[in-house]
Amino acid sequence: MSLFRTELRRLAKRRFARWMTAGGLLVLVLVAAGMFLSNQKIGPDQLAEARQAADRQHQEQVRWAEQERANCERAKAAGENVDYYPADCAEISPPPRESIEEQWFLPSTFDFRKSFGEMLIPLAAILALVGFVVGASFVGAEWNTGGMMNLLLWRPKRLTVLLTKLGALLTGLLALALPATAAWFGSMWLVANLRGTTEGMTSGTWQSFLITGLRGIVLALVAATVGFALASLGRHTAMALGGAIAVMVVGQVGLGILLSMAQVRFAEAWLLPTYAIAWMTKTVTLQDWQACNATYTGECEPATLDITWQHSSVLFGVGIVLFLGAALWTMRRRDIT
Amino acid sequence: MRVEAGQVHGFLGPNGSGKTTTLRTLLGLIRPDGGRMAILGHEVPGTLDQVAPQVGAIVESPQFFPHFTARDTLSLLAGAGDLPEQRVDEVLELVGLRDRAGERVKTYSLGMKQRLAVASALLKNPRLLILDEPANGLDPGGIREMRTLMRNLSEAGMTVVLSSHILGEIQLICDSVTIISLGRRVAFGPVDEVLAQHSSGAVRVRLEAVTDLPVAATALTRAGVRVTTNDDHLMLAGVDKPATVTRILAEQSLYVSELAPIAVDLESVFLELTATAPVPGQHRQVDQSVRIDGTAPSAPAGGGWGA
Repeated sequence: MSLFRTELRRLAKRRFARWMTAGGLLVLVLVAAGMFLSNQKIGPDQLAEARQAADRQHQEQVRWAEQERANCERAKAAGENVDYYPADCAEISPPPRESIEEQWFLPSTFDFRKSFGEMLIPLAAILALVGFVVGASFVGAEWNTGGMMNLLLWRPKRLTVLLTKLGALLTGLLALALPATAAWFGSMWLVANLRGTTEGMTSGTWQSFLITGLRGIVLALVAATVGFALASLGRHTAMALGGAIAVMVVGQVGLGILLSMAQVRFAEAWLLPTYAIAWMTKTVTLQDWQACNATYTGECEPATLDITWQHSSVLFGVGIVLFLGAALWTMRRRDIT
Repeated sequence: MRVEAGQVHGFLGPNGSGKTTTLRTLLGLIRPDGGRMAILGHEVPGTLDQVAPQVGAIVESPQFFPHFTARDTLSLLAGAGDLPEQRVDEVLELVGLRDRAGERVKTYSLGMKQRLAVASALLKNPRLLILDEPANGLDPGGIREMRTLMRNLSEAGMTVVLSSHILGEIQLICDSVTIISLGRRVAFGPVDEVLAQHSSGAVRVRLEAVTDLPVAATALTRAGVRVTTNDDHLMLAGVDKPATVTRILAEQSLYVSELAPIAVDLESVFLELTATAPVPGQHRQVDQSVRIDGTAPSAPAGGGWGA
């Protein structure tokens, strides 16, 4: 227990961990501020303004239609052969007032029930990024600077030391992620109250949001574990960061281009972000527009492939077992030099 | 290699001979491929976790997280070892870092890092202290302080194993030594015995009258002593007891004014045993030292593990 407490202290003392945490929180604050500034609450004034704007739009359409009909009739009377006008100029008529919807002219507003689920994705992404980088640095710097060797002279049980460090990292990340997620719920609720609406919230919706928030935290923990394991494998922070960049640039962008050139069906199914989004949104439906599934009405529907959060959980589980297992194995077998 | 409790033991060898590898293996950092090791009666690495709280060690150059202060570094180690914070102040005082304890390690000189490393090894007040090149980077005052510290710790009952290339220091500090070359032991035992075993037994003799030197040389040669005649003295080799010399010369009515055994120091013994003495015009390579295959011929009988 003393080792666990010590590792928590070490994590809290690490300047890089502090800066990354502060940076992540700052980005979240900026996003929340941006949401506040770019949305407005819809009241009678905004509805009246939207109605007036829709009226103005309709009147412009009426004027334009009348002018075009007059031009059309003049062209016909002059015997000009203009094919962009209809045969009967009376067909040029303005749209009915009802077709110009007032909601088109309403300012952007934050509907908590509709939009908060999507807003949990940037939170999860930032927490995952912080978790990955801090996790990699936490153990990578220890290896790199000889701190791990010093610690093993005090606690010669290698696996216990590595797993305790990981436990401290995940505990520290939870201590950041739980309040950050709670604050995110609170700040978005506040934005919705001041610059949008919180109508339509039910206990089911709340439950769904809470589960999505928890999935975001789990995603961050997975990212931290993978970063930690990669840095421990390479005994350097750069191993994890370099590995991540290589995976993103070569494995994702490069692979994406290659798959699309090869016209592989559902190319996105091979890309990691698809699984991260599926994990957060429960399902991502991929479409293959080159396939035609004819409906009984004769329409052509694209073939689809659902990537679900269960697929993502299997992928994450396999990733953790592989990377962490390799890190533990090398910790046990390799010499400490 | 055997280290008696309460002694200061020097562990010597040329670069690349395996000193650090031996210490790392002993401390569980390198997996051994054979043989037996025990620390304080516990076989390692099997029971290393039981004995680790009683062993303080620094291995090779001191390495610490550069952005932590010395106090933070020691405090975190103390936390990992369940030691009271007060112990941190004690060891900082002991190694002379009290007033610089709040500064980041990256601002430290090599000597200060070395002091911090020794402090970290002393933190748990160990029964066995293993120090690999503890004098690296220390100023002359620091080396002397380190020597006094080692002596004091030894007198207080702590066993100290010291690896160093400063052989004058080893000779001053250590009770016993082990010398290795290319991973094999070439000598071990109390410092005096190792020196005596490898001294040439040379004796310098002066007489009251220089003119008597040829007569003396003849008498000694007749008695089986190898004699080299110089202008004002004789150099004798293969003399077991210097008293024999005085007796032989007295029988010839020759009286000595000086009879001095020629002392050897640890450095010359080390260079001789490891065959690493510099040769003019040659550039010795790192692994060019004495190679002992199989059992060490110079090892005293019964000196194996557990003797």
